[in-house]
Amino acid sequence: MKRFIEQFVELLIKTSGYTTSIIVLLIVVFLFKEGISFLGESPIEHSYTLIGHEDNPVSELKDLEIKNVFDGKITNWKVMGGEDLPLSHFELSDLESIYGKEALGKDLEFTHRFAVKLLDSLPGALLFLPVSLLKDAKGFKNITAEKITLVHFLSGREWFPTSKPSAVFGALPLLLGTLVVSFFAILLALPFGLAGSIYLAEIADMRIRNILKPIIELLSGIPSVVYGFFGLVIIVPWLQEMLQLPVGETALAGSVVLAIMALPTIITVSEDAIRTTPRAMKEASLALGASHWQTIRKVILPYASSGITAAVILGIGRAIGETMAVLMVTGNAAMMPTSLTQPVRTIPATIAAELGEASFGGQHFKALFALGCMLFLITLATNFMVERVSSKRKLK
Amino acid sequence: MKKIIVSLFALSLLFACNGGQKGSQESKSNNLSLKGSDTVLPLGQATLEQFMKTNPGVSISVVGGGSGTGVTALIDGNTDIAMCSRDLKGEEKLKLKEKGIDAVVKSVAVDALAVIVHKDNKVDQLTREQIEKIFTGEIKNWKEVGGEDAEIVVYSRENSSGTYEFFKEHVMDKKNYASTVLNMPATGAIVQSVSQTKGAISYVGLAYLNADTKALKVSYDQGATFTGPSMESAKDKTYPISRPLFYIYDSKSEAKVKAYLDFCLSAEGMKIVETVGYIPVQ
Repeated sequence: MKRFIEQFVELLIKTSGYTTSIIVLLIVVFLFKEGISFLGESPIEHSYTLIGHEDNPVSELKDLEIKNVFDGKITNWKVMGGEDLPLSHFELSDLESIYGKEALGKDLEFTHRFAVKLLDSLPGALLFLPVSLLKDAKGFKNITAEKITLVHFLSGREWFPTSKPSAVFGALPLLLGTLVVSFFAILLALPFGLAGSIYLAEIADMRIRNILKPIIELLSGIPSVVYGFFGLVIIVPWLQEMLQLPVGETALAGSVVLAIMALPTIITVSEDAIRTTPRAMKEASLALGASHWQTIRKVILPYASSGITAAVILGIGRAIGETMAVLMVTGNAAMMPTSLTQPVRTIPATIAAELGEASFGGQHFKALFALGCMLFLITLATNFMVERVSSKRKLK
Repeated sequence: MKKIIVSLFALSLLFACNGGQKGSQESKSNNLSLKGSDTVLPLGQATLEQFMKTNPGVSISVVGGGSGTGVTALIDGNTDIAMCSRDLKGEEKLKLKEKGIDAVVKSVAVDALAVIVHKDNKVDQLTREQIEKIFTGEIKNWKEVGGEDAEIVVYSRENSSGTYEFFKEHVMDKKNYASTVLNMPATGAIVQSVSQTKGAISYVGLAYLNADTKALKVSYDQGATFTGPSMESAKDKTYPISRPLFYIYDSKSEAKVKAYLDFCLSAEGMKIVETVGYIPVQ
């Protein structure tokens, strides 16, 4: 009976191990499938199209150009490589107000006639209409948008995923925002975290350590939205006051909040690593006449280095993937970060903030998955990097 | 060891029972679900509490998540009523048509959007054109609109919000927000940020006005008349930036949602609208 149960449990553990691995793998596959299918699509809203005059030499526009046309920033075809022709833009609602709702028909079935009529009177017009209303109609030219490419996605400097008629997916400001905020968070947290862990493991006496350690461990259990709110109410106005900034929601505020959030993880993990240094090694060092500080620097820290690097990875992991707190304190303006005292937008914050409106399976939805892939690759790369560094240390 | 297995077995049985119960609950016909806009959410919750008091047999669930989420759920048949704080988008109308859903759009309340600044700001009024230029990034300094020499800091909601779309469509003439605009995840965060940033400007619902922020008077006729947001000016429609809040449902489920909708539009329902902070439609 006992043997049977043991075998059964072994089987159970084995299968659960396999299933979890397969599920995780499937999730990654799903993530990349959605993310990659986003590339090669047209950025124009699905089931809509842009049309222009038959004789217009321009037949393809860039997403940013379309956005600027409809924002009223581009008013001549010359700018986009066409003739010197004034450009005006129209939508279905504009057609309705020009020609009257009745003229377009009950189901808008006469729309295409009036579209052609408008184009004849205004050869420079650009119309944004549903494809279904233009079936089999002639007398105009479809103007397409440049397809989304990987290079375009990675190097684009503007992020307007809900802009109409053409969305603009440029992820560079988001990518840089994520890297800047996480990098400075670690830069801030590492010295404090290291000092804290050395103090707790080596310098503080037993009583203080017994009080401090549980408190620090408790801090890592606070939900991130609480840290975010704390940041918004305390840190943001404080930074604004101190540095005389026009806005308090900046990359710096994000870094400070993330550093505070990463501290407990860094301290507890590296403190554990430091405490695993064998007593014999410490005593040998002290017996050779080394001072306490020399022992910490030359014996304990090198011994615990791999554990400390692990602490840093965990810290970086939390910083890069952290969503809610960053969402609340960085301002989420998708501009290219040029200084720390400027608002930025990070990838996780973007995904969390925009998923609500992105319709399932749509372009925006896929774009968010593509961002997710990017985030996944970044964390993977940091993990590989740190692993290489720590394995080199071990060989010494 | 045996104990663990026995308890595991018992646990799985328990789950199985739970699942069964859930199933039987769902099969009841008087089970109504509402999903969508976070702006409409408090209204949905308040009305449903009252409605369930008088109709104890009915169970209603209300979930937020944004206007887009609600409409998507309606398209997929996952909700009876979609709560929406903006008009249906063209894309959504086409999708509803594709699925053969004849959507009925009912306005249940009106919300006025106040344009707010820091309480120490000298500017009291702006025209629609000025607001558009501020939000598209063309006007960057308060002195260009008669204020102090200070940078304008623009806060907005995230693009998942119906309010964001409404403001873009009806105040900014469909132009895109500048990329320097700071997007906040919630209206509460906007109020917090505007009250602590001197050069700030943003928009919030009437219910969110407080002493730390100042609501601007707005003109939609190139500066001829300026009106401030209030319950009265929104009711008599002299305040230009107001929007209806909608319940959207499939005409095929009319019978199912009728009792609840009638309650929402009754005198009692309109009273609830007012206590929540919106303007009644009748």
